[in-house]
Amino acid sequence: MKKIFHLIFLLIVSQLTSQQTPGSLTEESILFIGATAHIGNATIIENSAIGIRNGEITEVSTENLVEGIYDQTIDVSGKHIYPGFIAANTSLGLVEIDAVRASNDVDEIGDMLPHIRSIIAYNAESKIIESMRPNGILIAQVTPRGGFISGKSSIVQLDAWNWEDAVIRYDDGIHLNWPNPYTRGRWWLGESPDLKVNKKYAENISKIEDFFENARARSVVNSKTKNLPYYSLNEAIKKNKTIFLHANDEKQIVDGIVFLKNIGIKNIVLVGGRGLESQLNVITNNNIPVILSHPHRLPSREDEDLKQPFKLASKLINEGVLVTIDVQGSMERMNTRNLPFYAGSFSAYGVEREEAVEMITLNAAKILGIDNQMGSLEKGKDATLFISEGDALDMRTNIISRAFIQGREISLESHQTKLWKRYSKKHSKE
Amino acid sequence: MKRNIFYLIIFVGQIALGQEYFPTNTGVKTEEDTYKAITNVTIHSNSNEITESNSILIHKGKIVAIGKDIPVPKNARIYNMQSLHIYPSFIELHTDFGLKKPKRIQGSGRSAEYSPKRKGYYWNDHILSDYNSFKDYTYNKDLATKMRKIGFGVVNSHRKNGIHRGTSVLIALNDFINDGKRILSDKKAEHFSFSKSVTSSQSYPSSIMGSMALIRQLYHDANWYKQRASKNKDLSLEAILDNIKLPKIFEAGDKLNVLRAGKIGSEMGLNFIIKGSGNEYQNLRQIKNLNAKLIIPLNFPDPYDVSDPLMTKKIELSQMLYWNQAPSNPSLLEKSKIVFALTTADLKNQDNFLKNLRKAVKHGLSEKRALEALTIIPAKILKMENKIGVLKKGAYANFIVTSGSLFNDKTKIYENWVNGDAHVISDRKKIDIDGKYQIFLGNKNYDLEIKNSTSSIQVNFKLDSIKLKSKTNYKYGWLQMTVFDENEKNFARISSKIESEKFILPNGVDFYGNNFNSVLKPLKDDEKEGQKKNRDKKENLREVLKLRYPNNAYGFEKIPKPENVLYKNVTLWTNEKEGIIQNIDLLVEDGKISLIGKDLDVKNVKIIDGTGKHLTSGIIDEHSHIGASSINEGGQNSSAEVTIEDVIDPDDINIYRNLSGGVTTIQILHGSANPIGGRSAIIKLKWGSSIDEMLYPNSSPFIKFALGENVKQSNWGSFSRFPQTRMGVEQLYIDYFQRAKEYGQRWINYNNLDRKTKLRTPKPRYDIEMEVLWEILQGKRYISCHSYVQSEINMLMKVAEKFDFRIRTFTHILEGYKVADKMKIHGVGGSTFSDWWAYKFEVNDAIPYNGAIMHNAGVTVAYNSDSAEMSRRLNQEAAKAIKYGGVSEEEAWKFVTLNPAKLLGIDDKVGSIKVGKIADLVLWSGHPMSIYSQVEKTMIEGAFYYEADLLPVKIKQIEDERKKLILQMLNVKNMGSNTKNFELRRKREFDCETID
Repeated sequence: MKKIFHLIFLLIVSQLTSQQTPGSLTEESILFIGATAHIGNATIIENSAIGIRNGEITEVSTENLVEGIYDQTIDVSGKHIYPGFIAANTSLGLVEIDAVRASNDVDEIGDMLPHIRSIIAYNAESKIIESMRPNGILIAQVTPRGGFISGKSSIVQLDAWNWEDAVIRYDDGIHLNWPNPYTRGRWWLGESPDLKVNKKYAENISKIEDFFENARARSVVNSKTKNLPYYSLNEAIKKNKTIFLHANDEKQIVDGIVFLKNIGIKNIVLVGGRGLESQLNVITNNNIPVILSHPHRLPSREDEDLKQPFKLASKLINEGVLVTIDVQGSMERMNTRNLPFYAGSFSAYGVEREEAVEMITLNAAKILGIDNQMGSLEKGKDATLFISEGDALDMRTNIISRAFIQGREISLESHQTKLWKRYSKKHSKE
Repeated sequence: MKRNIFYLIIFVGQIALGQEYFPTNTGVKTEEDTYKAITNVTIHSNSNEITESNSILIHKGKIVAIGKDIPVPKNARIYNMQSLHIYPSFIELHTDFGLKKPKRIQGSGRSAEYSPKRKGYYWNDHILSDYNSFKDYTYNKDLATKMRKIGFGVVNSHRKNGIHRGTSVLIALNDFINDGKRILSDKKAEHFSFSKSVTSSQSYPSSIMGSMALIRQLYHDANWYKQRASKNKDLSLEAILDNIKLPKIFEAGDKLNVLRAGKIGSEMGLNFIIKGSGNEYQNLRQIKNLNAKLIIPLNFPDPYDVSDPLMTKKIELSQMLYWNQAPSNPSLLEKSKIVFALTTADLKNQDNFLKNLRKAVKHGLSEKRALEALTIIPAKILKMENKIGVLKKGAYANFIVTSGSLFNDKTKIYENWVNGDAHVISDRKKIDIDGKYQIFLGNKNYDLEIKNSTSSIQVNFKLDSIKLKSKTNYKYGWLQMTVFDENEKNFARISSKIESEKFILPNGVDFYGNNFNSVLKPLKDDEKEGQKKNRDKKENLREVLKLRYPNNAYGFEKIPKPENVLYKNVTLWTNEKEGIIQNIDLLVEDGKISLIGKDLDVKNVKIIDGTGKHLTSGIIDEHSHIGASSINEGGQNSSAEVTIEDVIDPDDINIYRNLSGGVTTIQILHGSANPIGGRSAIIKLKWGSSIDEMLYPNSSPFIKFALGENVKQSNWGSFSRFPQTRMGVEQLYIDYFQRAKEYGQRWINYNNLDRKTKLRTPKPRYDIEMEVLWEILQGKRYISCHSYVQSEINMLMKVAEKFDFRIRTFTHILEGYKVADKMKIHGVGGSTFSDWWAYKFEVNDAIPYNGAIMHNAGVTVAYNSDSAEMSRRLNQEAAKAIKYGGVSEEEAWKFVTLNPAKLLGIDDKVGSIKVGKIADLVLWSGHPMSIYSQVEKTMIEGAFYYEADLLPVKIKQIEDERKKLILQMLNVKNMGSNTKNFELRRKREFDCETID
């Protein structure tokens, strides 16, 4: 048994070395002209001119209005430029292979872990991460899972030597999983798989209330000892860090938001939102942004509108809610590369195409608090962008030729493209 | 020997020479020899005739004469039953009366047990055909009282344990005689179920399809054993052969399981009598076709508590519909001319039996059929129609005495006679004194209300409408009351001889200690009656919602029929050499593509304007697990004997969801628990149709194999099953194929014998599993094999080549790109995921370019789902072949249409568009692989099964039905009915790794 683990370890390590070398800052300034620029704020510029210099975007205009002088001018007519896509609420870099426990660092033991930090376990050299970039996903929030308070997330760019280099924003928020009002029988013990009312719902809520209250009580007195979980929570609240409230059921959503509002939390983001449709008021009245989870999911009920999951985003956007999406759930890490397509499918159900782009660019940046730096093609922002042969929300045309993170041109190769090339060559020779 | 003695006892008992040779403590040994004569009674003898002022003459437990003007012997005791009614008492076919529930033995967790514990019996412990319930039976007086109270006189009891549960015992519920007389038969019927016995932890079978295969094999084995060809003794098979003529009762449960039991029954010639669950009305057409007798419970569901709107939202429409429609089940079965008996089984509270029976009658079940279903039909099922369930000469004197028509809510059962002995349920001589009265005590008038006087009496004693505490006793013709008056701080005691309804003379001691004599003045009160009537009316008014096909959300009112349709001006993806044709018309007639051309002008057809739209062939999913009730038979490492065709669930909502994504045909594969899995089913997604109509006609037969981590059970923490390595997997295949080859040879040799020798030679044992493997070796069945890494892919091709056959399809095949050249040479196709990876160790090298590389190497490539979610958007998955590896749009589209059709061997009929092919077509709002396109219409065989523009109508309909049902439930709750705590049904979504 031990041997197998060693073997797996060795294999993983040996494959790590195949990771792409992170790019270095492009010294020359570049002006891309002729492309359709998707700004990220739901607008586009045809025949655009986008200039980058020293890691920053220095020009966002049309060809005939360019002000600056650039070392290189590259004609990308007919192509599309996008700000790097931003994946919120991912667990990238925290698990390499779902079924290999040794590669799993996503869920720490314990219910209340505000002190836990995802960033230090973030494996910048994960093979899964390099498979994000060829699809345009350049930025991600790395989030721990499990428990009631899973811990703190951080925001990273996806081309780095190590986690320290990857960080864009340390410990951007705390993730609170609101208790479930329902439970499911453990079918493997012969219980019915039906959902039932969770008798412990109230008890679980009071656990959370107690924890927050105890932490608060602790913060007003100068204690000689430092309780790490309480301290972490208090610090986060003091610094107005975002509380990411993970909740799907209607009651969960309302109970969670009311609780956080009552204790004076300013920055709340709702993650999940499955049952949001009937509780829109609680979101709009409190101006709470939403990370819609798993947009391709099946409807909850057999008789629910078949297309309901696809329609939810446009309903929220029409109500003025700030929306982005995630792919939390089964195979979430590898599936994160499909983020643009998840956004695109909303476009078939009422979301304007550029709004769909906005969801995974500027909206995501705003929700994660990095919009001063990322999320749109605007002068002064980081040069984090990519060039696609066509519409990047459509599989057929999401073919990316060049990508930059903070002005560094990054490799679009991966373990997967290497194998592709190696075996294509093998078979073409024969 | 023991059994023979018992027969002797029974025999002797039955000819009523009695137990005269048995010693007794009571002194007098002489048998009672009197007759009992019931006179002036209304007899419901055979369920269809009712005759008044009749007599029944009973002698020694049996009816010796029945009718008007029969001579009554002088030594008869007369029971005058003027104004009473008599019905044959009921027969319960499905109970474990008098038998203890066997104890569940502790399982072995995730480490499976493969061998049987019992020796000298069948190879599977869950076959308990040798078990006789009689052996463990003891008469249960309490339960007998309960059963008699609701009208039952005879019960057929068996131990509910095992797939073959052995034989039942038939018992008359007579408290006054001993078992020698009570037991009408010690071996009345054989009982079956799909559930394993709790007394063995043998793993196999772990699924319903495994149970089905096991029962088939059991009877094949019995036939073989009959030839005395077996080397070992098998008491289970001997019992099967001994009991072959007994009625066979199958506890199936859910409507689909009823169909499954019926299917095995007709295949094996076993004529199962099938016990259902109460939802048979949802599949009437198919159940009718079974031609089997059913046993139906009356366990109508309670309404849901819908007072919390948020929780109510989570209740499925189908759950609410079931509440609304279930009471109509018996009546709908009757209308469909399906023969059925009724049972008390599955009722949470047996006291509700009569109430529910009457409810069923209110919902349209005829009284005649209701009675038959409890008497003559179960009697016929037990082949006892001359002895029980009837009132005629020679039959047991088993009947109930009632106050009126049994189906009237107010009717009481007074007595239940079993074998000529009366068991009193409520004293028919007790006078009903229900009503309101006034009594003058001391100096005040008190109000008195009496309810339930003939059973458990309730009395309300009031002074100026303030209730007083009181205790009441009513027996032996005396009413006794003690009343406490708070004001007087004293008791009054009353006793009253009840002579008749009108004549009640109370006397006693009043609150002041004085003796009194008074008169109770009955008060008329019509108001209450009025209320009650109103309530009944409301109850009756409740609308029963219409049945749909399937009877669920998005079901059709009428099953779609093929239409003649002209698609105008579409962009047509032919998948043929014509490629993609712009602005063209296509005509569908009689379910087929009949014409393709520019500007077609056809009359009398439905015209669909396809301007700006794309028309393609329907999507085919090579690897699906929707539409099935179970997926894996993990109880053995080879399960070739099971087939998914046995467990199709045609009502799975995912079928409709798939239609909304343009899928028309799927292969439902067995899971990947075993190297040799089960046979698969190829179905057309004809939502609302029966299983038989969905099964692809004459498609090539397939079986699922699996390699790698799942079959090694690497990720399950189970270390006891062979194989644990890929090395073992290879040898397992070689072992099975070698044995299959030898098996086939044995049959060839046998079949080649000349006629005479053949008669003398026992047939080889028929082994379903080996038959299937032998089909593979002969090239008559194809393998679709779950696979990941190149080593195992290569291995299986080599094993196949060694046995001279070819693998048809590797499914998953995520490292197919590494051995695409070898696959091409072998001639195997690859049905893969577009971009899945990283979920387990063996998909470490899985790449999204896999499809493109295999395709470029000349392998037939398909993209499949293995997921109920993804199967709705396989068009988007196909588009990934363009992104990853640059496959052309036309070829990429074939990955989800023509290529899977080829792999499934159905490309002669579907998968591309040309004249003569089946019209399985999808109309898309735009480019079929664009992320922005939606399915507008999905057509199968010329009929529309999904139309996006009708979706809002359907959704509105669903909302209206929900509103209606919720209102009904609120009303019922308001009227005081019990409500059920809410439970949310969730079907588990299956994928390859689902272990059942």
